[in-house]
Amino acid sequence: MISRRVVLHFPSELIDQPIISNTVKRYNLEFNILKASIAPPEGGLLVVELQGGKKDVQEALDYLKDLHIKIDNLSRDITRKDDFCVHCGVCVAICPSDALVLNITKGEVDFLPEKCVACELCVKACPYAAMEVRL
Amino acid sequence: MRRSIQEINEKIKAGKAVVVTAEEMTEFVSKKGVEKAYQEVDVVTTGTFGPMCSSGIFLNVGHTKPRIKLGGGTCTLNGVPAYTGIAAVDIYLGGGQLPADDPRNKIHPGEFRYGGGHVIEEFVSGKDIVLEVFAYGTDCYPRKELKSWLNIKDVNEAVLFNIRNAYQNYNVAVNLSDRAIYTYLGILKPRLGNANYCSAGVLSPLLNDPLYRTIGIGTRIFLGGGVGFVAGQGTQHNPAVPRTEREVPKRGGGTLCVMGNLKGMDARYLRGVSLHGYGASLGVGLGIPIPILDEEMAFFTSVSDEDILAPIVDYSRAYPEGKPDILGEVSYGELRSGMITIAEKKVPTGSISSLSRAREIAQVLKSWIEKGDFLLTEPVERLPGKEAGITFKAFKERPVKQ
Repeated sequence: MISRRVVLHFPSELIDQPIISNTVKRYNLEFNILKASIAPPEGGLLVVELQGGKKDVQEALDYLKDLHIKIDNLSRDITRKDDFCVHCGVCVAICPSDALVLNITKGEVDFLPEKCVACELCVKACPYAAMEVRL
Repeated sequence: MRRSIQEINEKIKAGKAVVVTAEEMTEFVSKKGVEKAYQEVDVVTTGTFGPMCSSGIFLNVGHTKPRIKLGGGTCTLNGVPAYTGIAAVDIYLGGGQLPADDPRNKIHPGEFRYGGGHVIEEFVSGKDIVLEVFAYGTDCYPRKELKSWLNIKDVNEAVLFNIRNAYQNYNVAVNLSDRAIYTYLGILKPRLGNANYCSAGVLSPLLNDPLYRTIGIGTRIFLGGGVGFVAGQGTQHNPAVPRTEREVPKRGGGTLCVMGNLKGMDARYLRGVSLHGYGASLGVGLGIPIPILDEEMAFFTSVSDEDILAPIVDYSRAYPEGKPDILGEVSYGELRSGMITIAEKKVPTGSISSLSRAREIAQVLKSWIEKGDFLLTEPVERLPGKEAGITFKAFKERPVKQ
């Protein structure tokens, strides 16, 4: 079993098709939607965690690619501009997935992109505009 | 026996002064005691970095040909209004000032991504900013409009003047309501979802000199990466708050009014701040050296995060309604651990004040003193103490009936 968090960008012509449902059935996956927005005519955006066999997850992603869905790894979604960050830690208490954690010995905030669910709360909470969304 | 500031300065000039940061002092005293610390340490450096809203800059932009009188007219810097109600080419820009119509602020609760603090950061960093003026024109100042690039190196004076900085202590903000609220202490999640605080604790200047024995009018300080001075007590200076046995205030307590030459400052320590749903501000870095004149000052500077208590305040009701109720007191030691307990609930903590940058400031100030570049000062006058009879007044509202 592996788990992948990906950002799927749907072209507008695919919005009315049950793509996720088909993918999940065909490749026997479990999925957890972290974020979704559908805004025709621009298309749709889905942040999803896919769980299943390693081969199944890879084949599912290939299938989505063949449908002209653009796939990004989630870890690239929220980035921290390190020269903007002052390590105050106001984001730490607000992060729901422990992706921003206090490093007590260093007195700094560590950002762990692999734990980020791209909820964007830190983007709002950061007084120094250090957290940035890249979609 | 007592050490004088003059003696300490002689040692600094000779490169022989022993300087430690407030964190190092706490450790020193816990290991070797107050008496030994007094004998060995000459100066303790403090530091703090956080949003300090009552901050801003005065500029004298110089006279145009023909002359224009900004005074009494309207003026913006990068679209952010500056105050012109003083002489012809002097203006003031406050860190909390907002542009007249930023679309990002119009949808509730507002983003406040750009304001006076951000203009100040850009200006200090040496970037060109846009000055735009509309004046009414007079016989001696005939010109009515001006739109020009402005750079810090071209103005006559640029002065950081902050009417209230370095709050001695501060509230811990929580939210007891059922919806998220947006405050100057950050976003507070509903039902005690988080607790935000704002103090450098053990490193904070006025917590290391709780009775204002050495920090007073005229004290030379680290301000925004350059050199500044204490101009006096800050607004809302309230020394008569409840204190611990060590004289450490358990509520806001004292404040400082500070000023310094902006031209010597560094944007690393003057940062534009956006407080989502609240407004803009200026993040200020400030550090004050404390001369260890006697054992009492060695004792005061040995304060630890565990010795400093802050009140927990509900920002969904008690604070906005101006009620004095608190939900309890908590130490900075507990706050720094990342989790506190309020009414049997574990609540994660977030800090608005940057410990890492406060440490950096205390270290920078320490290195300045060790190199002999920065001498200590005797206050011209002491700040009002707890016996001064100062009370913190609420607004006395007297409705005007026409």
